[in-house]
Amino acid sequence: MSRIDFDIAHLLAGSLVLISFLELYQDRLYALLNVYALHALTLAASVAWQALIQDAPHLYVTAAIALTFKAIVIPLALHRIIVKLGIHREIEKVVGIGSTMLAGMGLVALSLVVMLRITHGADPLAREDLAFALSVVLLGLLMMVTRRNAVGQVVGFMSLENGLVLAATGARGMPLVVEISVAFSILIAFIVIGIFLFRIRERFDTVDVAALDRFRGERR
Amino acid sequence: MSFDALSGVLLVPAAAAALLAALPDYRLTARLNVVATTLTLACALSLLFARPASGRYLLIDDLNATFIVLTTFVGFTTSVFSASYIGHELAIGRLTPPFVRFYHAMYQVLMLAMNLALVANNIGLMWVAIEVATLTTVLMVGIYRTHEALEAAWKYFILGSVGIGLALFGTILVYMAAQPVVGEGLDAMVWSVLVKRAGAFDPAFLDLAFVFLLLGYGTKVGLAPLHAWLPDAHAEGPTPISAVLSGLLLNVALYALLRYKMLLAVNAGALAPGPLMVTLGLVSLVFAAFMLYRRRDIKRLFAYSSIEHMGIITFAFGMGGPLANFAGLLHMTMHSLTKSAIFFAVGHVAQVKGTQRIADMGGLTETHPVLGWGLVLGVVAIAGLPPLGIFMSEFLVVTSTFARAPLLALVLVFGLLVGLAGLFLRLNSIAFGAPRGPSAKAEASYVPMFAHLLLVLIAGVYMPAALVAWFQNVAGLLG
Amino acid sequence: MVLIRDLAIQGAQMLLVLLLAPLFTGFVRKVKARLLRRQGPPLIQPYRDLIRLSRKEVVLAESASWLFRVVPYLVFAATWVAASLVPTFRTGLMFSWSADLIAIIALLGSARFFLALAGLDVGTSFGGIGSSREVMIASLAEPAMLMIVFTLALIAGSTQLSTIAQFMASPAVGLRVSLALALIALVLVAIAENGRVPVDNPATHLELTMVHEAMVLEYSGRHLALIELSASLKLILYVSLVACLFAPWGIESAGAALPALAVGVGAYVVKLAVGGFLLGLFETSIAKMRVFRVPEFLGIALMLGLLATLFRFVSTSF
Repeated sequence: MSRIDFDIAHLLAGSLVLISFLELYQDRLYALLNVYALHALTLAASVAWQALIQDAPHLYVTAAIALTFKAIVIPLALHRIIVKLGIHREIEKVVGIGSTMLAGMGLVALSLVVMLRITHGADPLAREDLAFALSVVLLGLLMMVTRRNAVGQVVGFMSLENGLVLAATGARGMPLVVEISVAFSILIAFIVIGIFLFRIRERFDTVDVAALDRFRGERR
Repeated sequence: MSFDALSGVLLVPAAAAALLAALPDYRLTARLNVVATTLTLACALSLLFARPASGRYLLIDDLNATFIVLTTFVGFTTSVFSASYIGHELAIGRLTPPFVRFYHAMYQVLMLAMNLALVANNIGLMWVAIEVATLTTVLMVGIYRTHEALEAAWKYFILGSVGIGLALFGTILVYMAAQPVVGEGLDAMVWSVLVKRAGAFDPAFLDLAFVFLLLGYGTKVGLAPLHAWLPDAHAEGPTPISAVLSGLLLNVALYALLRYKMLLAVNAGALAPGPLMVTLGLVSLVFAAFMLYRRRDIKRLFAYSSIEHMGIITFAFGMGGPLANFAGLLHMTMHSLTKSAIFFAVGHVAQVKGTQRIADMGGLTETHPVLGWGLVLGVVAIAGLPPLGIFMSEFLVVTSTFARAPLLALVLVFGLLVGLAGLFLRLNSIAFGAPRGPSAKAEASYVPMFAHLLLVLIAGVYMPAALVAWFQNVAGLLG
Repeated sequence: MVLIRDLAIQGAQMLLVLLLAPLFTGFVRKVKARLLRRQGPPLIQPYRDLIRLSRKEVVLAESASWLFRVVPYLVFAATWVAASLVPTFRTGLMFSWSADLIAIIALLGSARFFLALAGLDVGTSFGGIGSSREVMIASLAEPAMLMIVFTLALIAGSTQLSTIAQFMASPAVGLRVSLALALIALVLVAIAENGRVPVDNPATHLELTMVHEAMVLEYSGRHLALIELSASLKLILYVSLVACLFAPWGIESAGAALPALAVGVGAYVVKLAVGGFLLGLFETSIAKMRVFRVPEFLGIALMLGLLATLFRFVSTSF
């Protein structure tokens, strides 16, 4: 595996982390969806490149799924849902943007240190792939934790899934089972999200999950 | 593929799900549901005697044969309970016919997913199955469409998805640990292959993988502090689902953890998973025991009791060794039976009283003697009093811990006592005292509840030697 | 002989930078004007301004201290030295051993420090506003700059500009996401440090929107000339820095003959022209940000620098 192969894989995976940060920064729903579409697009490119250098044609399928579903269908559908339900379009955050970014940087540093130290004996491409994948997963988690808006949380979950797909493609030769499962989970998750968003909006006139908190069972 | 018992436990629920989604009449679907679960149980029982060879995707050994039988049995009795419960829910208008169809179909899908998770030999397939199981329960928890139900379902969905994601990452890491040794491709994900070759894996990879798996699947088991979804999901979903969640799904998630624990045990350099599990188990136990005191909702009360018991079980498996493993296995079985029996009772109590608030119900033994005393018996069982089965398993856990780590045993006993007191306090206000709330007759079948309690009683008094030998065998497998 | 030649080349670099700075400023103004469909001032207008200012009388406030009179010279000296250390047409100059990126940052930092003091010196409120804003920008821009320096140093193995430039020109550098991130971060920092749109409008006459201009409101005559020249030198320094680090083609290495040096100078002038055009285009197409958003802007630069450094660790740990 030559230097240029590694460099491009590194470039794409690094861009994925960068776009995760961009997602963290957004405070408007449409912009967030667009950045998520870009995230999925970069993922598709990264998976396709891995398919090329690993000589694993089944990964092209994953790349195609990521491209059509995650980069096109889901952002479009969420866009329509937001319009139809008239969801409040600004995303409130739990803590300020500065603290969120710092926390994000801390998580990326942590994941890089942990993964690089642990995977000492493995193949360099897999190592950097896993390190970046864990960063994306943790950043997705951070997004879920720091957003008050249900759509924001869902986008955070979907970027977490993107990170998992990145990890799975870095693992050489992982059979199609995982790819099907990941694609399948997107589908089901989307259906569920659709049902929930609809119902949440219906009941609460908002998708602010702080409003949901009033009905926390523990309070009764 | 020939039809053997192994594929039977999978194909029957799948076919039933498709059928139940199509049929409109609720009485028919409820009966079909029961029939389907009976067939699945029959297949599972036959697995005890005639075992097909394990393939690359499916596997039957002593460990999961136990769980399969338990799962299908509780699934069967719960479907009987559900038949009478759902009728009442339809009558009072809490559920509408389309939702009942959805509910029955999802019930079978849940059975399918749990069975698949138990018999899967491929760690990826196991992950998929557990994920499907979680998603079906998420959909069912929100089925009542009230504010609280939606909040509970959304919380369950978010936390469950995060758990699933972390578990997938752990699965990928296990694959990456296995890949240099076993080679690329399907073989590196087959559990029976992995457990043979795990000694040669990179320990650091396995450690990190186990941490992620513990966090991910541990969320599904309901270990504190990852438990936040559990009380709400139990309280807001239909009672048969609470029974299945507590009695079965938590077990399946713990089973997955046990498989990975066995993997780690083979590798000498990997970290000992025991202390982690012991810590989480103890924390869950003590935390849940204290939380029992202030509960105002009856289902929430028993949800915390589930957390407490899963804590005990995790603790037992964390301690390891033949006696503690045996105790853990016994406790898992007893807890499934007892907790589902309690939820059967609670379901009828809630229907009769029209509410889940403990303050609004009282004097149950006076107004509904059979139901009331059944509930009392159930709580006595779950609190761990002799001569019922849970006392046996808890006693074994405590004694085996005393021999090895007396301090931990003290904490264990403390938690158990706190839990016992909390449960009895609450039971007192529900079952005894002046009657409160409506006293209409309950049109219910008490057979499932008493069947479970009878089994628990028998196990506490006299365990057949064959069963003891079986459990000991499995305990030895766990290492 | 070699010594005199090296000295001459180094001196030529210093003079080149000094002479080209006002021209560059004029070029940027011309580009902006043309993009707005105006004629714009002639290219040599900044030279005329400097000469005019140096002939005028210095008017000092009564409360001005000795610092106020000394600062223009200090700032000019520091900025000129820093600007002449950046390799423009040739690496391996005589004083290149001192041309450390960190030294350059330190020189610019001290220049800024004195300028901020001068803004406070006279005691006007606008001077105070300018100084506080300038220091706020600096407190975010300098860490970002340091992160960029770390990234480059990790890639090239040294903080010396000559070494880095030579490394960048060689094929060993490869395609790196860290470099892309560092480039974007450097551009953002450069915009902030030089007080260009969107951080600060250099052509504004509204005092409440000023940052750099507010600090120097009280200056007049030759002092003002020196300060304007320093600002131009700082701008050309940053553009040369970007060119030398990220577009090092055409920079001759040490020991090249005279015709090659002429090619190097030509390449440098072309790079300046491109940089000036891009700067003018960027400034025209974007609006100035409100002051409280500047920390976010610089936060992005800091974060990109941090990310670039972290990504470097991923690659270097093999």
